[in-house]
Amino acid sequence: MEIRVLAFAGLRELLEGPERDLELPTGARVRDAWAALAQRWPALDDLRASTRVARNGRIATFDDALADGDELALLPPVGGG
Amino acid sequence: MFRVVREPIKPRELERIARAGDGGVVTFLGIVRARADDGRAVTGLSYEAFEPMAVSVFESIAGEVRDRFGDVATAIVHRVGELAVGEISVAVLATALHRGTAFEGCRYAIDQLKARAPIWKKEHYAGGASEWKANA
Repeated sequence: MEIRVLAFAGLRELLEGPERDLELPTGARVRDAWAALAQRWPALDDLRASTRVARNGRIATFDDALADGDELALLPPVGGG
Repeated sequence: MFRVVREPIKPRELERIARAGDGGVVTFLGIVRARADDGRAVTGLSYEAFEPMAVSVFESIAGEVRDRFGDVATAIVHRVGELAVGEISVAVLATALHRGTAFEGCRYAIDQLKARAPIWKKEHYAGGASEWKANA
């Protein structure tokens, strides 16, 4: 299956762009998507504890299952206001 | 009124949400400061947002304001893009029958926005360095 990863702020800079398409095996969970990205960008390893994720616009967990066509947003610590 | 905008915020436009009978309107404006918390001179800020989710967080916060404080209407507008020192980054307005609930609702809304809204800020310093800054 294929998902779309959205990255913001420092994570967007790290991933060298706001969007990445990611091919994952059926049954993959959020943590598998993170691991696939961390293989290519090892600096992600240090950022997992501070990163929240949203699946299709709603806050999710690293244990949540993914489905084909999902949009997975990677949210660093926020700084609005 | 829940928006993420690129153009300068006109805070008085938020007053449109006031209802006939409201007796208290409280507006909070966040302004780009000339100095960072560590004292460094700031030349400007870049903001970015996950826009659809930010707007839905604003709507959720407004619902929580009603649940907690009663009949308060809330408007939230946050700007993104490049902002200069002195410009408005965010406007939060709460309007209610009396000032007490309007003050409480406005305070709750901006505090929750800073904690939860998917919006990010990069500080640009004199000399050319820059850094993403999370809220404390």
